[in-house]
Amino acid sequence: MIDVTVTIRTRESVLDPESETVVRSLHALGYGEVRSVRMARRIELELDDMDHVDAHARVLSMCDQLLANAVIDEYEIEVPEPAARITELVTGA
Amino acid sequence: MDAVRAVASLPGTSAEIVWHEQESLEGYDCILLPGGFSYGDYLRAGAIARFSPVMVAVREFAARGAPVLGICNGFQILTEAGLLPGALRSNECRSFRCCQTAVAVVSTQTPFTCACEEGELLRLPIAHAYGSYTADASTLRRLWDSSQVVLQYADENPNGSADAIAAICNDGRNVVGMMPHPERATSSLLGSSDGTKIFASLLAATMETAGA
Repeated sequence: MIDVTVTIRTRESVLDPESETVVRSLHALGYGEVRSVRMARRIELELDDMDHVDAHARVLSMCDQLLANAVIDEYEIEVPEPAARITELVTGA
Repeated sequence: MDAVRAVASLPGTSAEIVWHEQESLEGYDCILLPGGFSYGDYLRAGAIARFSPVMVAVREFAARGAPVLGICNGFQILTEAGLLPGALRSNECRSFRCCQTAVAVVSTQTPFTCACEEGELLRLPIAHAYGSYTADASTLRRLWDSSQVVLQYADENPNGSADAIAAICNDGRNVVGMMPHPERATSSLLGSSDGTKIFASLLAATMETAGA
């Protein structure tokens, strides 16, 4: 089993009223030190056991096809490093 | 059902509801993707419905140059499916807008506006939270240069759409997506009957195609 995390944010070039609203609300609550907020969506995927490079490629395809809209979104894919997985296997943790 | 009634009220016309898993669209003169909340707007509005089995046939139907109209969620589905450029994002005001709007007809060169006058104002209702049209600068320029902007908000821009765009069409001019609801403006009892012009245009275009 391999866990992959996708973080999706609105592109910087696209107006993000939700983030702006959160900034205004925080300021209204007295948190004037907040200079900016960027809302993001986190999608946690649990995949069948596979090579981490393959996992990245598959999730990239999922993002292109469904999870993100390239017109308005940008995204990051986090796949666990193979070394960490080897450690996990060795220690049984 | 509003869309079915709006089409069926045209002389010599009938409309059918097609199940999203249907694979054939044989025998139809036009496909209309109505408004709604397909898949609860989960992930993004229209993002999942674009993969409905019937969308394969819709894509083929559009590729043949036949008229396809996407209204509200239908517009969102068409952009997610890549049948129209750009995307619909959350309203700039961050609230659901449900009101009458005035839209100006920018292009009459589509099957859905051919019976309108250029510059004509239509009063049509909107009801959406994710109706703000957005596209990159080069796409917007191309839409204007190619006369692919079909309707534009006239009184106020209710959702922050780029260039107050309310409806666009594809390169082939047979696929149109609009956020306003013409099917909810077919009688003075509904506040406006201006929506009938969209369907009258469709009838005229279909008759012209049939006669050709």
